[in-house]
Amino acid sequence: MIAQHLPILQIVLPLMAAPVCMVIRHPHVVWIWATLIAFLCLPMSIALLMQVMAEGVIVYELGGWAAPWGIEYRIDKLNAFVLVIVTAIGAVVMPYAKRTVDAEIPMSRVYLFYTMLLLCETGLLGIAITGDAFNLFVFLEISSLSSYVLISLGKDRRCLTAAYRYLIMGTIGATFYIIGVGLMYMVTGTLNIADLAILVPEMVESRTIHAALAFLTVGLALKAALFPLHMWLPNAYAYAPSAVTVFLAATATKVAIYAFIRVVFTIFGDIDILAALPIRYLLMGLAIAAMFAGSAVAIYQNNAKRLLAYSSVAQIGYMILGISMDSVTGVTAGIVHLFNHALMKGALFMALGAIMLQTGSVDLRDMRGIGHRMPLTMAAFVVGGLSLIGVPLTAGFVSKWYLIQAALEAGWWPLAVLIVFSSLLAVIYIWRIVEIAYLQPNLEMPKAREPEPMSLLIPMWVLAGATIYFGVDATTTLGIAGLAAQALLAGGG
Amino acid sequence: MEQFPGLVPYWAIIVLMMMGLYIVIAHGNLIKKIVGLNVFQVSVFLLYITMAKVEGGTAPILAEGIKLYSNPLPHVLILTAIVVGVATTALGLALVVRIHNAYGTIEDEEIDKLEDQT
Amino acid sequence: MKQKIILRVISKFLIPYILLFALYVQWHGDFGPGGGFQAGVIFAAGFILYAMIFGVAAVREVLPAAATRVLLVIGVLLYTGVGVAGILLGGNFLDYNVLADTRTGGQHVGIVLVEFGVGITVAASVITIFCTFAGRRPEEYKEDYGEN
Repeated sequence: MIAQHLPILQIVLPLMAAPVCMVIRHPHVVWIWATLIAFLCLPMSIALLMQVMAEGVIVYELGGWAAPWGIEYRIDKLNAFVLVIVTAIGAVVMPYAKRTVDAEIPMSRVYLFYTMLLLCETGLLGIAITGDAFNLFVFLEISSLSSYVLISLGKDRRCLTAAYRYLIMGTIGATFYIIGVGLMYMVTGTLNIADLAILVPEMVESRTIHAALAFLTVGLALKAALFPLHMWLPNAYAYAPSAVTVFLAATATKVAIYAFIRVVFTIFGDIDILAALPIRYLLMGLAIAAMFAGSAVAIYQNNAKRLLAYSSVAQIGYMILGISMDSVTGVTAGIVHLFNHALMKGALFMALGAIMLQTGSVDLRDMRGIGHRMPLTMAAFVVGGLSLIGVPLTAGFVSKWYLIQAALEAGWWPLAVLIVFSSLLAVIYIWRIVEIAYLQPNLEMPKAREPEPMSLLIPMWVLAGATIYFGVDATTTLGIAGLAAQALLAGGG
Repeated sequence: MEQFPGLVPYWAIIVLMMMGLYIVIAHGNLIKKIVGLNVFQVSVFLLYITMAKVEGGTAPILAEGIKLYSNPLPHVLILTAIVVGVATTALGLALVVRIHNAYGTIEDEEIDKLEDQT
Repeated sequence: MKQKIILRVISKFLIPYILLFALYVQWHGDFGPGGGFQAGVIFAAGFILYAMIFGVAAVREVLPAAATRVLLVIGVLLYTGVGVAGILLGGNFLDYNVLADTRTGGQHVGIVLVEFGVGITVAASVITIFCTFAGRRPEEYKEDYGEN
């Protein structure tokens, strides 16, 4: 019976666990509860992925009402892959969170932190799993509102203005999304994504549908931090608590990009919208701008978290570039980069969180010689950094390789050259950090240093090890991403 | 042009939407930005409710002898959206209170100056 | 002074009717305009009126912070509990048809319980929001982020 109801249990479990966190006020007990729930969510998503790979699309009707009257949850390979990403990051962040949260957030608010973290995970899982356009908005807002709260729990007072700016921009983005959904509903009369996939292509000539596509694109681009709508991201990631940065950097923008893929390839799939309207060149241009602007600004940052946040803007450019190429290889590259980037950035931000815990600062000027004082942490950082650059044998290389292959397949070799150039920019800022950490003389630290706690090192190395593993043997991730891309491009999803 | 009276709600929606966005962008006071966000969201509510109205239909509550009802689905969608708007506003105002505690001001330019100093 | 007496007397007279009207709106949601969210807000409005005239401390005596916290949780768990009950009784999540012997009876039971959960949570959260904003003492303004 559980197997039959697995789709809804994936959402209901963290959703019911989050209010319970509010009643458990003791900081350590609430951490144990949250970790337990996060660990339970992961096998559920893996089971769903295996079921989808074996049997095909899973459909679950809420309330027993058949679509399109009722809300249905529709899981295909792309969905299931995103679910695994979110639950895996959630499961890895929970053990990591204990020490960093205890150090950065006042004890009296720790139970609220875990409530919001579980709600954020519920929202992200809901966006990935639902087959109803309005239901997606509800879960989008659940995850966004809890993210604003999580970011505002940081220590530096600039986290408050960062959370406020994210709130304003995120709400505008979500409202644009809902205007788009409303315009589509006005013309077709349905909110179910699979139903829209049938009805929208028939009406694609009407101006309402064009306006709907424009609103949807801008709204989701705001949430996904696509250049030039990325202004909320650097401050939000830099000043949030460490565990929050790890979680949001690895999941929030990925799920927004997933929603964008759904709109473009499932709802508008049958008419190959990227080729019909000049959206493809717009997206490609913005993606390339993101790749270069993000990496270039990252080079000048002094705050390591802000540096990596700008690097995230660049990586989101890679994902959108893959999607905009509209070929099986390109979309595969985009989807597999969702997964790889989650691993890389997760490991990198976890390393920075450990540095913050031990030294109290993530400013590059305070990190001189830290490679000798915290060897394991910096080693994980170097692995993540190599993956960002795209060195062979790391996960980042796999995504870049597929991107370049997709560009060459379509005959756009200048694009391949641009991809290589932007990777060279990544070399500059990663080398800057590595040089400060290993090659500069050790800063004298006043207090005796005990080594980093295991609860930080183990999740960090799980993610760093996964980066290497999925770089050496990428057949699983490429297999799933490839099948998902083929299903998307075959039309309708 | 003869459809103009029927299209008045849509004109109102566009005017409100643009007013809301302008307030968010143009004003530096943090609370005024939240007010602008609310105006913007109200225009979206109007959009949904306008499309729900069926000409000659009554309120969507089952009653004897009535055959034509307005579409109830957008009403429910808007209820959800209103609740989301209320939650967002409450959260935004709470953030403004804490920003005021931390910075002593709620004007955008002054906060930027204080942040550049740190 | 006179105005204060008027406010005190009228509010003490009106608040029970406000709460009663909230309950009316709650239970009549399927026969007329109403339902969980509207009822929750009206219910909270009664408490907010009391807080505005008699002070937040008075409301906190009636509804301490722990009570509103528990009410918030109970509402959400009631809603999702009805959904899970649908699963346990053989249908899908939030399937009301299996909750009673007949389909319409099940629909009735389901929607009433779900709306009640919504109403409880909304009332508790609106009261919490108001009391948190209004209950800040002047000293608290210096506590947060004093130096940083």
